[in-house]
Amino acid sequence: MQRLAEFGWRLLPFIAAITIWYLVRWSGLVDQGLLPPPHAVFVEIWRRSLDGGFLLDAWMSVRRVLLGLFFGMLLAVPVGFLIGWNRGVRRFVDPLVNFFRALPPIALIPLVIVYLGIGEVAKVAILFYAAFFAGVIVMYEGMSQINPLFVRVARTLGATDWEIFYKVIIPLTIPHVLTATRVALGVAWATLVASELVAAQNGIGAVIQNASAFFQLTTIYAGIVTIGFFALLMDSVLRAITRNFLNWQDRVAQ
Amino acid sequence: MNASASFQLCEPAASAHSPDVKVQFRDVYKTYGRIEVVHGVSFDINEGDFISLVGPSGCGKTTMMNMLAGFTEPDRGEVLLEGNRVTGPGPDRGVMFQDYGVFPWLTVEQNIRFGLDLRVKRGMSKEEKRETVEKYIALMRLGDFRDAWPKNLSGGMRQRLALARAYAANPHFLLMDEPFGALDAQTRSAMHDLLLGIMQSERKTALLITHSVEEAIYLSNRILVISARPSRVVEEIRVPFSDQRDRELLDTHEFIEMRRHLRDLVMQQYAQQQELR
Ligand SMILES: Nc1ncnc2c1ncn2[C@@H]1O[C@H](COP(=O)(O)OP(=O)(O)OP(=O)(O)O)[C@@H](O)[C@H]1O
Ligand SMILES: [Mg+2]
Repeated sequence: MQRLAEFGWRLLPFIAAITIWYLVRWSGLVDQGLLPPPHAVFVEIWRRSLDGGFLLDAWMSVRRVLLGLFFGMLLAVPVGFLIGWNRGVRRFVDPLVNFFRALPPIALIPLVIVYLGIGEVAKVAILFYAAFFAGVIVMYEGMSQINPLFVRVARTLGATDWEIFYKVIIPLTIPHVLTATRVALGVAWATLVASELVAAQNGIGAVIQNASAFFQLTTIYAGIVTIGFFALLMDSVLRAITRNFLNWQDRVAQ
Repeated sequence: MNASASFQLCEPAASAHSPDVKVQFRDVYKTYGRIEVVHGVSFDINEGDFISLVGPSGCGKTTMMNMLAGFTEPDRGEVLLEGNRVTGPGPDRGVMFQDYGVFPWLTVEQNIRFGLDLRVKRGMSKEEKRETVEKYIALMRLGDFRDAWPKNLSGGMRQRLALARAYAANPHFLLMDEPFGALDAQTRSAMHDLLLGIMQSERKTALLITHSVEEAIYLSNRILVISARPSRVVEEIRVPFSDQRDRELLDTHEFIEMRRHLRDLVMQQYAQQQELR
């Protein structure tokens, strides 16, 4: 019963958003032709899913995001760790990281096309870039906040460097890895459509692009809602992991 | 170099190292930025000593303890441990930190086990580890909370956990930085007697930092009164009571006299520290 109520509370904001959507449409503030009703959008998602093409597009997008995120974090964790831990490395790398981070990934698309062409690698590369720089910043901000007292305590209890690494540093790093992954995931989704501009043939970004060429607003909305759905789903998974593994923390994401 | 000579309590720096002397602070100086924190401190700690540092807040007591623990090096002078210069921390010197340093990602029991798990890898038996963990969980009355996260403990419980963890690792030296501050009066006296018991039964050497004059007298055989910043040793007081102590001591005439004398000394330094600010 309580779980049901909990579920209801989770759903409520979405119901509210859909209601507002209907209200805006019916109020006449916006030309009805420019704002398809929610049910039409859901029917569109359903219809396109049935013929399989849309599911394939969604899968392509999800795969790109996951690959970009995976490789981005694979590099961001050790690099963020290193610059968070070593002041010399940080002084050297910090300006560079900030420069590249300020550079919007979309600005790199022309270069990526020149170097990597327009295949799958090019798209993943852009997402990798976006995920890496978002992740690395969060990682090293977090790492540099780690309280050196814990290392001292472990030393007085007889821990060697290696034991300190895996019994103290690793547990203290995991929360930052998870936060960084969440941030990077958000950025990767935000960059997805842009990355699928690179000769879009499939992917939800491509669906949106094509639909916009033909002014198919319902399809555009269907694409946007689908992206939102998958982004939220992945974020929820990460939050669930955070909750279960990091319940020792004072404040755990709900 | 000799500005502080009048406060030197130990033999001159050149003296040979005698087997009973475990720790020597020899004319130690420390400055942080533009603030001089320790100014020519010299004293010895002998095997079996329970030595207390009493002095105003911010005078440099933790800094001195950190030098012995191996976290800070003196700018001048040296800190010797069994005749050798202290170069870093080690399991021979257990430290109870002023802000506890309880590991938040480990449960109460896992915290206490931390040092013991390391020793199991170096040959301690699992059985002995288990017994030690149980012993300190019971002594520190943490049984109901053995699986709790530190975030759910009260300040006093966290302090007891930090003590349990330090004691359980069984170091020869116990360095304790205001270890009983967050405890209620009853628990504190229980902890005092527990500590005296451990000192007796396990032949340890201890350095205690405290603001409580009474606590210092009750636990120590020697008390160093530390000056307002920068730290110097103002006076060393030898506590004449036997090692077997109980609460009745607190009401004896000698204890009360000593407490008055020590309190006067400490108050002077607190007043000077106030002027510094
Ligand atoms: N790592 C550091 N860097 C800069 N200043 C420091 C450092 N450690 C201590 N200090 C300064 O040295 C002085 C003495 O500090 P310390 O912690 O040794 O005092 P304390 O006697 O332990 O005080 P309390 O009784 O309040 O714990 C303080 O003014 C403090 O600000
Ligand atoms: Mg202190």
